[in-house]
Amino acid sequence: MSLTRQDVEKIAHLARLNITEQEMPVYVTSLSSIVNFVDDLSRVQTGAVEPMAHPLDGQHQRLRADLVTETDSREKYQANAPAVQAGLYVVPRVIE
Amino acid sequence: MLHNLSIGELGRRLSSGEISSVELTRHFLARIERLNPALNALITLTAEQALAEAKSADARRRAGESGRLLGIPLIHKDIFCTDGVRTSCGSRMLDNFIAPYDATVVTRLKAAGAVMLGKANMDEFAMGSSNETSFYGPVKNPWDTSKVPGGSSGGSAAAAAARLAPFATGTDTGGSIRQPAALTGVTGVKPTYGRVSRYGMIAFASSLDQAGVIAGSAADAAIVLQAMAGFDPKDSTSIDAPVPDYEAALEAPLAGLKIGLLREFFEGLEARNAALIHDALKVYRSLGAETVEVSLPHLPLSVPTYYVVAPAECSSNLSRFDGVRYGYRCANPTDLLDLYKRSRGEGFGAEVKRRIMTGTYVLSAGYFDAYYLKAQKVRRLITDDFRAAFAQVDLVIGPTTPTPAFSIGAKVDDPVTMYLNDIYTIGANLAGLPGLSVPCGFVEGLPMGLQLIGPHFSESKLLNAAHRFQQATEWHTRSPRGFE
Repeated sequence: MSLTRQDVEKIAHLARLNITEQEMPVYVTSLSSIVNFVDDLSRVQTGAVEPMAHPLDGQHQRLRADLVTETDSREKYQANAPAVQAGLYVVPRVIE
Repeated sequence: MLHNLSIGELGRRLSSGEISSVELTRHFLARIERLNPALNALITLTAEQALAEAKSADARRRAGESGRLLGIPLIHKDIFCTDGVRTSCGSRMLDNFIAPYDATVVTRLKAAGAVMLGKANMDEFAMGSSNETSFYGPVKNPWDTSKVPGGSSGGSAAAAAARLAPFATGTDTGGSIRQPAALTGVTGVKPTYGRVSRYGMIAFASSLDQAGVIAGSAADAAIVLQAMAGFDPKDSTSIDAPVPDYEAALEAPLAGLKIGLLREFFEGLEARNAALIHDALKVYRSLGAETVEVSLPHLPLSVPTYYVVAPAECSSNLSRFDGVRYGYRCANPTDLLDLYKRSRGEGFGAEVKRRIMTGTYVLSAGYFDAYYLKAQKVRRLITDDFRAAFAQVDLVIGPTTPTPAFSIGAKVDDPVTMYLNDIYTIGANLAGLPGLSVPCGFVEGLPMGLQLIGPHFSESKLLNAAHRFQQATEWHTRSPRGFE
């Protein structure tokens, strides 16, 4: 199975990735070859096999007590942000 | 020379007062300064902090404290968050990211008194098998600097092989500890999924990622793993089970051990590489182990299964990099969508974008059942194969990689060929099993690795079997020319 340029454009949009004109043909080719490669799986008889989401059976998501355990580190965390104002993350205007 | 000594021997000299941690740290920092430019194994050096940590380790010893890693230098793969130190994950996206906290692995090794010399280069977001996808350029293999060191923990492996530190941390999602350890002639251990905390380890594929160690020998790896392993409430998939004494198990005799030879690992393996594995089996038989052939019929499907599951998880994990809270942001975004798309398009490298898009495709409406659900079912078949094998044998054995290290640039244009480098290592990740690689000989002057895989939580047995092999062989003691 081969992906078209339109397929890759749609995937890139869903993944919120800007793909340049230069990069596009490379991805059309390489993603097609990867999809072909993983298509091998379609030939396997899996019938009633239970899908495996966790590598260790019988593990359950643990719950913890609903208590505050972290201290406020907002300033430390926001030191890494590209743009901050009054303790808020700044992005281009969303609502006019 | 100091840098060729084992962690055990360095510890003895530190405790007798023959050397101090400050001297040891200075020795390794000098080696890094002299040798790293040819390798590009380290991308961040933390010399000042290292000397301060060494001083504090020396003070702790003077105050009567002891500990196997107290004052021993190490290098962390740059996937582990280190408080106050750049944590790039090999990506332009995080080139300016100063981690605001320590990963649990970092916390535990710090508490043990290990001294961080710096951060190791790696494939971008751990996606690669050659260390060529790093934003900071490829790492060179100390055995031949025109060759790759393997990946994604290529900087950690090259640093351990060149003895730039007594050990380095790594992570293994599809072979990223074992494959580079094999290609650089060192010992690499990938523990059972959940054995070592993933907290503060930048996520690639959460159901496969596991932290481990790269060192000069299985005995050294046992000391390090002892300090790394254990329950962590901050990682929801961390296993709440006691950690056995790995060092105490090293010397156990191998008489009666049943080793399964993985038939599927030898199909298509070049004769010279297969011969090294058969030589290793002879060593095991001489140590009293019994070898039988076992078959894992679904194992050849592990690479396509992995390249559905891992990209799917990666596309979800890497959605957090949006140019808003941390990381790279594009210049002059016109609106929020443009900010997301260009920050991610410019911040991520080619292979990371390829994996994100592969994952987005296999998870998208209309394809989810055919790819993702199907891969999860095949993942169970592969896991069941391992379970059946472990009903017959104690551990399984085979090569770590199909070939020795290849030339830099040889496979970059063909992702599927590159993905097949991990054909022997991926199975253990899909099944969550522990595995390790030890040096077992050379092909055309380049090291090859022997891989051992065991049932869940069999690290003691694996380290024991690897240690016994290393007592009977001397492959792990060889040093690359120029790095003796």
